[in-house]
Amino acid sequence: MTDRLLTIDGLTKAYPGVVANDKVSFGIDVGEVHALLGENGAGKSTLVKMIYGLVRPDAGSMTLMGDSFSPPEPRAARAAGVAMVFQHFSLFEALTVAENITLGMENPPKHRELSARITKVSHDYGLPLDPERLVGELSAGERQRVEIIRCLLQDPKLLIMDEPTSVLTPQEVEVLFHTLRKLSSEGTAILYISHKLDEIRDICDSATVLRHGVVVDTCNPREKSARELAEMMVGSALHEPLRDAQAFGDVVLELKDLSVASATQFGTSLKSVNLTVRAGEILGIGGVAGNGQDELLAAMSGETPSANETVTFDGDGIGTLGPNPRRELGILAAPEERLGHAAAPDMSLTENALLTAAFREKLVTKGFVNWPDTRTFAKRVIKDFDVRTPGARTAARALSGGNLQKFVIGREVLQNPRVLVVNQPTWGVDASAAAQIRQSLMDLAAAGAAVIVISQDLDELMEVSDNFCALNEGRLTRPHPAKGLTVEEIGLMLGGMEEQEAANA
Amino acid sequence: MLRLEKRPVPSKAWTIATPILAVLATMIAGGILFATLGKDPFEAIRIIFWDPLFSEQFAAYSRPQLLVKAGPLILIAIGLSFGFRAGIWNIGAEGQYIMGAIAGGAVGLAFFPAGGWHIFPLMVIAGAAGGWAWAMIPAILRTRFNTNEILVSLLLVYVAEHILSAMSFGLLRNPEGHGFPGSRNFKDYEAASNTELIANTGMHWGVVAAFIAVIFAYIIMTRHILGYQITLAGQSPRAAKFGGVNPGRLVVLCLGASGVLAGLAGVFEVTGPAGQLTTDFNQGYGFTAIIVAFLGRLHPVGILMAGLLMALTYIGGDLAQLMMGLPKPAIQAFQGMLLFFLLALDVLTNFRIRLKKSEAA
Repeated sequence: MTDRLLTIDGLTKAYPGVVANDKVSFGIDVGEVHALLGENGAGKSTLVKMIYGLVRPDAGSMTLMGDSFSPPEPRAARAAGVAMVFQHFSLFEALTVAENITLGMENPPKHRELSARITKVSHDYGLPLDPERLVGELSAGERQRVEIIRCLLQDPKLLIMDEPTSVLTPQEVEVLFHTLRKLSSEGTAILYISHKLDEIRDICDSATVLRHGVVVDTCNPREKSARELAEMMVGSALHEPLRDAQAFGDVVLELKDLSVASATQFGTSLKSVNLTVRAGEILGIGGVAGNGQDELLAAMSGETPSANETVTFDGDGIGTLGPNPRRELGILAAPEERLGHAAAPDMSLTENALLTAAFREKLVTKGFVNWPDTRTFAKRVIKDFDVRTPGARTAARALSGGNLQKFVIGREVLQNPRVLVVNQPTWGVDASAAAQIRQSLMDLAAAGAAVIVISQDLDELMEVSDNFCALNEGRLTRPHPAKGLTVEEIGLMLGGMEEQEAANA
Repeated sequence: MLRLEKRPVPSKAWTIATPILAVLATMIAGGILFATLGKDPFEAIRIIFWDPLFSEQFAAYSRPQLLVKAGPLILIAIGLSFGFRAGIWNIGAEGQYIMGAIAGGAVGLAFFPAGGWHIFPLMVIAGAAGGWAWAMIPAILRTRFNTNEILVSLLLVYVAEHILSAMSFGLLRNPEGHGFPGSRNFKDYEAASNTELIANTGMHWGVVAAFIAVIFAYIIMTRHILGYQITLAGQSPRAAKFGGVNPGRLVVLCLGASGVLAGLAGVFEVTGPAGQLTTDFNQGYGFTAIIVAFLGRLHPVGILMAGLLMALTYIGGDLAQLMMGLPKPAIQAFQGMLLFFLLALDVLTNFRIRLKKSEAA
């Protein structure tokens, strides 16, 4: 215990209606990689924000290297040697790497000197990065490197990383882990937040598990199985989704050579996408964020119309149809962005049920809304999908992310779709709810619907998919049977390498 | 330290309470204003809010004025509320109102001096069409060329004013008017006149139309899919698109509805209370209706109340100027306070105030 870096003792933070952290205590040693595990809403972010000086604790104390530590703002935390890489990057696309790093510094050195330091640090830690490149040209993995190097230049004693691998391909994850191990061997402690249990077992020396704001256990993750860790997080036995392989039916939905120019400057254009999905099949589409996922969903849901023959349903061209005619045919979709796209934040759940169910569930006759039936439908979604809410009159924004996601998925599943397209169906959803959502998708396919799951979570895709393809810069790879795909193969598909490989063969 | 905290769900109680509190706060702040001007604040408030309706001396004249003034305000505000809910900002209702009056008035004058029951309905239809056509200009420019409907509709008000002036000096000028500008007086032309339906109440066809519009809008907003789509588009455009709402169609519909209702208000005003087309018959109702729409929080019943309240402060304000010699700017400031307090207190429906101890360092 002589080389204890940070001790957290009884930290408590309450927000109106919820205690985010309740007397949280644990310690991090010098050079230790310490995992912070927990479901969404378990209080991980609040805890980290207190360490980084973004949030003031209501009670409790922290000790950093023997001194009392209560940073009033992030600047103080940085000065004391605490650095943080956020899940969402704060970089300016139109500036170079070096300029972006300069912006975050208190006393930036001269440009040439800084460039030299960036090059040296990036070289030392195996994170190759050219200081003169524009951030807008970098991949998500490279952008993360910018953030990491920005932190490393401060020579931190504790580096906090919030879900660092969510935007990375498996190969990039390997590089990152290599860097983290090197840092740790040099004495930098790392507080690693993730819900990917295999990663944590791979890289972390110890783990603190939070549930409902309380520390459940601190353990060595290598001595626990992924299942044991998950059950610690959830606090109950996990329900593993079951999938019965079965024969597929006819092709239901097909995209033929579909190209869609991006509507916005920073969107991704779809380039000659071909896709077929058969009745009873679950097609998984992987890809790092921002490679055309939103655009692909919009092209199938009808939000972005296209030439009639580029989208066919049961063999008929439907490319020019809008969302509601497609819904009447049985093509339903659940977009990634829950608030503001899949649901209107200030509207009640009943009103949000009407958003997509109006015509397929016959909730509207001659233009007039049948509110009692709509309410009944909303209540059915709430009941069947275990949406935790005071009632159907609650505004969508009052629900937690996971509960709203259950509502959004349930709303589509209960409409008995023939094709269901979902994007990031379990993003930010806790483990038990995620299992439940995946199970409902598999049940839907078992009942004969064609399901397309777009996701950045490869574990999820491998779990549910029959076939797998990857999106890269708006291009879709050929589908491969999901069974037997190796991590390397997936990584190459995500990186868009498949085409070159085929050319070499 | 005071802190605002967002409510998970907007408070129903505050939605109802804020207009009442806003009126009370206006009375207090206005009273202080009048007191500093050396007038008796209680008398001023009484004259503004009470005397127009209940004073023996004035009520006979001013009570009917309430409906006369509130009618067009409510009619136009109802039309505007559709667009405002959908995030389509028609600021040019005044122009549509003027064009409705010109179109309707012109049809009536074309029949002069013939009689017949069909003339007035034809004028009403022409008025609605005139307002609609004027609103279609910003609507089509927006859907075709993505122009800003706020600017286009506002600038078209000034075009409409020039057309009005050209008409009252030229084409529609009363040939027997000894060269004075202005059309024939519709009060002297029975077949085209919008007369008071019940004596001494101020009730005319425009007020009837306003009440019908309130009921119609209420049904559309609460029961019809169109009302749902309008609200959806205003709150969350992306969700609306996902829900299959066609934004262009909504622009045409909302601007069309406000154009029709503003045009109707125009034709009822010019054939009734105003009597003739003159360069200043319009009274600025089209602009005041914007305030009424927001004062009524874009809700049909709210707009009905807001229109009546607004009319009351106008009548009461005139009375206070006359009786107490209060300056006109003081009255206008008083009316402005009402809007200010309403919007300020509106925060409480979505937020609650928390007392927070200042943090120890």
